[in-house]
Amino acid sequence: MTYTRPLEFEKDYLELRNKLEELKSLALQKNIDLGAEIEALEARVRVLQAERYNSLTAWQIYQMARHQERPFTLDYINAIFQDFIELHGDRCYADDPAVVGGLAWFDGIPVTVLGHQKGKDTKENLHRNFGMAHPEGYRKAYRLMEQAEKFGRPLICFIDTPGAYPGTGAEERGQAWAISRNLARMSSLRIPIITLVIGEGGSGGALALGVADRVLMLSYAVYSVISPYGCASILLNDAGRSEEMAEKLKMTATDLLNLGIIDEIIPEPLEGAHRDPQKTFRAVEERIRFHLRELIDRDPADLVEQRYQRLRKIGLQLS
Amino acid sequence: MLKDRLGFKSRTRYATVRPRGDASVQALDGERCPGCGNPFPDEDDARRLMVCPDCGYHFPLGVWDRIQLITDEDRFMELDADFISGDPLEFPGYMEKLDSARQQTGLKEAVVTGKGTIYGQEVILGAMDGRFMMGSMGLAVGEKIARAFEIARENRLPVVMFTASGGARMQEGMVSLMQMAKTSAAVERFSRSGLLYISVLTHPTTGGVTASFATLADIVLAEPGATIGFAGARVIEQTIRQKLPASFQKSEFLLEHGMIDAIVNREELKGFLYKLLRFHKGRER
Repeated sequence: MTYTRPLEFEKDYLELRNKLEELKSLALQKNIDLGAEIEALEARVRVLQAERYNSLTAWQIYQMARHQERPFTLDYINAIFQDFIELHGDRCYADDPAVVGGLAWFDGIPVTVLGHQKGKDTKENLHRNFGMAHPEGYRKAYRLMEQAEKFGRPLICFIDTPGAYPGTGAEERGQAWAISRNLARMSSLRIPIITLVIGEGGSGGALALGVADRVLMLSYAVYSVISPYGCASILLNDAGRSEEMAEKLKMTATDLLNLGIIDEIIPEPLEGAHRDPQKTFRAVEERIRFHLRELIDRDPADLVEQRYQRLRKIGLQLS
Repeated sequence: MLKDRLGFKSRTRYATVRPRGDASVQALDGERCPGCGNPFPDEDDARRLMVCPDCGYHFPLGVWDRIQLITDEDRFMELDADFISGDPLEFPGYMEKLDSARQQTGLKEAVVTGKGTIYGQEVILGAMDGRFMMGSMGLAVGEKIARAFEIARENRLPVVMFTASGGARMQEGMVSLMQMAKTSAAVERFSRSGLLYISVLTHPTTGGVTASFATLADIVLAEPGATIGFAGARVIEQTIRQKLPASFQKSEFLLEHGMIDAIVNREELKGFLYKLLRFHKGRER
């Protein structure tokens, strides 16, 4: 395989990896012994890999979280769940392709899955509005949440959005109303809810799928009240200082575990989920299984009470 | 002490506050109304309401002026008065900003909550102050609001919230975002206990406050001409690359689009709230 779309900080490393891959396939094709060369290169790759990925800055993680080749919600759904049936529409206005949801099986348990959906290329991104939902997306989610509760299905949500779409139609149709209703309703759903932040968790538009019994986060995902760009523009009047703000906003999984916002970090392959999706899917699957087993037989009233107490605690221990 | 706060003194103090860069926050002596350009008159009634007598422009109202206008005299008891935010992210400059907001406004945080009566009807009331760091919601604001709903639920009292906020307080990062979830969850619990919640959206109510407790009321009211929305107009203009009309995201726009129940003039607000509260007391005996 070839490593494409390298980020700035990993360019030299991925070039080296590509060279290694080339060398290996050359050896295979021509049936020549390049063992010594390959070994030497592999050693260099290992050193550089550790150097490049072992202490990523918040800004670099932010780039990873937004990488175009990262697995998105539907990739996780198709890889981890069985027999996914997508359900469409909010029954009010439209079907929003920026949010997907439906029915699926997990370990023989029927579940409802929901998530923001980004596009794989420009064409799909235009269709899916880059994963930025309109009110109808949140209202579709609301409908499927209530349906999940009605039939006693656990709810699994995937967060991956730059934020709720800031547009005229979205405002006219009550973007704020759509989000607040989800927040309130998720807090009282009498079913287990697991939310996973798989990429970009952009503010209220992300949180609208984020009130849960367990909030898990991939190691290169981010979750923030505002984008580094927005924060730098508003607070410093200087969008050029986004990188600095990415650090200050404490938006990485490690920061958020320390702040008590999330419950667990799911480690990604060192080079990112997109460089080894299968391994990522298996890790995510395993953690969903673990938490679902823990939650599934709980008394619904206890679930709701503990979900409330979980929110009630956040931040209080810090001040 | 409570009397001092609610008395004329505190109002004069508000009137002399000059928040940086936003002349419309409070009408000042000799300044002109942004609505019609006429000088703001030195009349007690106009000063009490902070409403332009010529064009009806509603100036943002300081939180204690609001409480004085809405609750019965000497019947307001503040809750959680000393609850203040920490600095969970150790965000550069945040503590200094909080300090200067405190000095400018005489408030400890962007919301005041308490128990009071409206023409004798007991309520739990909250009022936000847009001058205090744009009325942004951090941990302290979220906590006071969540507790207001919890206390109201325990005492089986209705809640009235006056909102004025730019949204989540970004200096508190994700801790502030989670206040949206917390306050919404508190409203949900309260609401499922069969109790009444009325929100009054005042200028400006945007971002994370609009997208949480502000819009979860049984009855959502707004003052005339208030800016109410999720995204800021500037962000939307940048996104769609178009100029927005002046009417966009105003109370009247929201009423037209079915997002609020009614627009109520400030002068009539107390009476209007009283009527709504009475409806929820059951049959007349």
